[in-house]
Amino acid sequence: MNENILILGATSAIAQAVARRYAEHGANLHLVARNAERTSEVTNDLTARGANKVTTHTANAADDSSQTEILQAAFEALPRVDLVLLAWGNLPDEAECEADTGALQDQFKVNGLSPVLLLNRLAPMLAEQPGDSHIAVISSVAGDRGRKSNYAYGAAKAALTTFADGLGGRYLPKGVKVTVVKPGFVATPMTAGLDLPGPLVATPEKVAQRLIKATEKGKPTVHTPAFWRGIMLIIKAIPTTVMRRLPI
Amino acid sequence: MSKKLARSWGRYPQLPQRLLMPDWPDEASAHLVNSRGNRKTTLAYGNGRSYGDSCLAASGRAIGTRGLDRLIEADWQTGRIRAQAGLMLNELIEWALPRGWFPPVTPGTKFVTLGGAVANDVHGKNHHHAGTFGRHVAALDLSRSDGSRKSLTQEATPELFAATVGGLGLTGLVEWVELQLKPVRSSLIETRTYRFASLDEFFELSAEHDAAHEYTVAWVDCLAPEDALGRGLFMTGDHAEDGPLQLARPGKRRIPFDPPFSLVNPTSIKLFNAAIYHRPRHFGRRERTGYEPFFYPLDGILEWNRIYGRQGFQQFQCVIPESEAREAMKEILRLIKADGMGSFLAVLKRYGDIASPGLLSFPMPGLSLALDFPHQPGATTPLLRQLDGVVARAGGRLYPAKDAHMSPELFRESYPAWRTVEAHRDPAILSHFWRRVTS
Repeated sequence: MNENILILGATSAIAQAVARRYAEHGANLHLVARNAERTSEVTNDLTARGANKVTTHTANAADDSSQTEILQAAFEALPRVDLVLLAWGNLPDEAECEADTGALQDQFKVNGLSPVLLLNRLAPMLAEQPGDSHIAVISSVAGDRGRKSNYAYGAAKAALTTFADGLGGRYLPKGVKVTVVKPGFVATPMTAGLDLPGPLVATPEKVAQRLIKATEKGKPTVHTPAFWRGIMLIIKAIPTTVMRRLPI
Repeated sequence: MSKKLARSWGRYPQLPQRLLMPDWPDEASAHLVNSRGNRKTTLAYGNGRSYGDSCLAASGRAIGTRGLDRLIEADWQTGRIRAQAGLMLNELIEWALPRGWFPPVTPGTKFVTLGGAVANDVHGKNHHHAGTFGRHVAALDLSRSDGSRKSLTQEATPELFAATVGGLGLTGLVEWVELQLKPVRSSLIETRTYRFASLDEFFELSAEHDAAHEYTVAWVDCLAPEDALGRGLFMTGDHAEDGPLQLARPGKRRIPFDPPFSLVNPTSIKLFNAAIYHRPRHFGRRERTGYEPFFYPLDGILEWNRIYGRQGFQQFQCVIPESEAREAMKEILRLIKADGMGSFLAVLKRYGDIASPGLLSFPMPGLSLALDFPHQPGATTPLLRQLDGVVARAGGRLYPAKDAHMSPELFRESYPAWRTVEAHRDPAILSHFWRRVTS
């Protein structure tokens, strides 16, 4: 299992679940998040669970001007960088995005543009390290298809997925393996206000399990839980004229 | 924060709770402060393993603590840990046991939160050696609706500590608990089983074996024929001195739906009890078993409470002081036998004289009986009242964590310190139980 983990958006639910698994294996972790107090709570938890060393950096990964500093600090804190997890994002109110261009731009920046910019900066740094490394990008099934219910969020995630897929191809010969993780509905603070269909909802722990398994193996894409792959194949196959008339 | 509906384990009374699920302590305290601001009351809700209404907020709106499940500090040399109150014992065991540490006191299920263990001052099969859970709590952190946060210890804040341990969550929101774990060399338990044909024989076995073993407990057949009243099986247990430190695998079996009627009925109980009592076994011989079947026999079947059907069930747990125990317990067993509805989960345990730290702590030196009754409107409560009468006359008491029926008079008489707890109660916190027994 990878030993030196960089997590951006470390206080998010999926990130915490992933971090705990690595901590239990004695990994070194570098956590980046905006809230110092919460990051400190997470640090104590990981340390008690067996992490070898946990370092932190309070910063906003979605902020273009902070990204270079964030990455430099991370590469200094860890002996080397084995795995980078991009785990920040938000779920915007679609109606608000339609009404307010500012809101639309903001969510596109948080969910789409900023992870793309970070990947662009990160990949060459990883390529420079001797040996292989992994990137896990948390995208979403929402990016697989434009649907009337969540196309603003979906577009941002679609941009991220496409960019990450291509970047993965570009950097594979340089030893950088990119895994795009596509969760469906996950029970986290991000989805807390929604009415989610019970049987379809996954826990952050389940998502973390599949994420880690796929990333360790260097798989390019993973849907989590697994049944989303089947669902999205069907959804993607629906002709757009039909799709536009469906209530989903 | 997410919302969901929650209930107590017995699913009686039917008071589904709307739960706010904070993910961070500051969110949890904010909820409590907001409640006060809105002139509403609330209550912390861990995993809902209390049987009755002590875990149900009077207002129907509770603050779920399962998102507060982080470890804060762990010293694996001394076994002293500090963790958020939403962490469950099974999670604690998951990383403590491989490192050679175990909860100092564990109740019959591991699916309780640290907060719940403190709030009910739970006890286990080793009460006669280790006392209650609260005895092993070095400190705890309490958030109140006035925005304050205090660390409590027995030395520095004796009265508030005693009101909070066993205090049913009424004094505030417990944010973290500092607990002293006990060292174990193995995950195996050495156990012996003895059969007893009467309550008198049980007392003999208890006198002979309690002092020599860490854990002892008995199962009693409540529906045995008249001449065999109080027959059952007596078990002793000790952590094995050698062997692996291995975690048990999680139970996969689950009761997936509510049967239309209770599967627990006089016929099924009689058959079950007879089979258990007569099952061939080597009485008195030392056997080794994993910790899971010894401590948590029912945890292997997830949601076993559903076998009682949608009406739910009530658990009755009483303790009778040592001097009255023999006669009073015989009377209780006679009444249960006459009624015919007693469940197969009748547990008999002799408590020791180690004092409990909580003002409302349940155990006292004497004998405890715990069993379930499928809830039958009109039938269950009259029997329980009769049993209450025996308990009251003998100077005993019932266990709030299990209770859904005790009268305010019985509660106030058997827990005279309730007034002190009421004085310390946070004005924004009220459980259905407390409102029921103190009004």
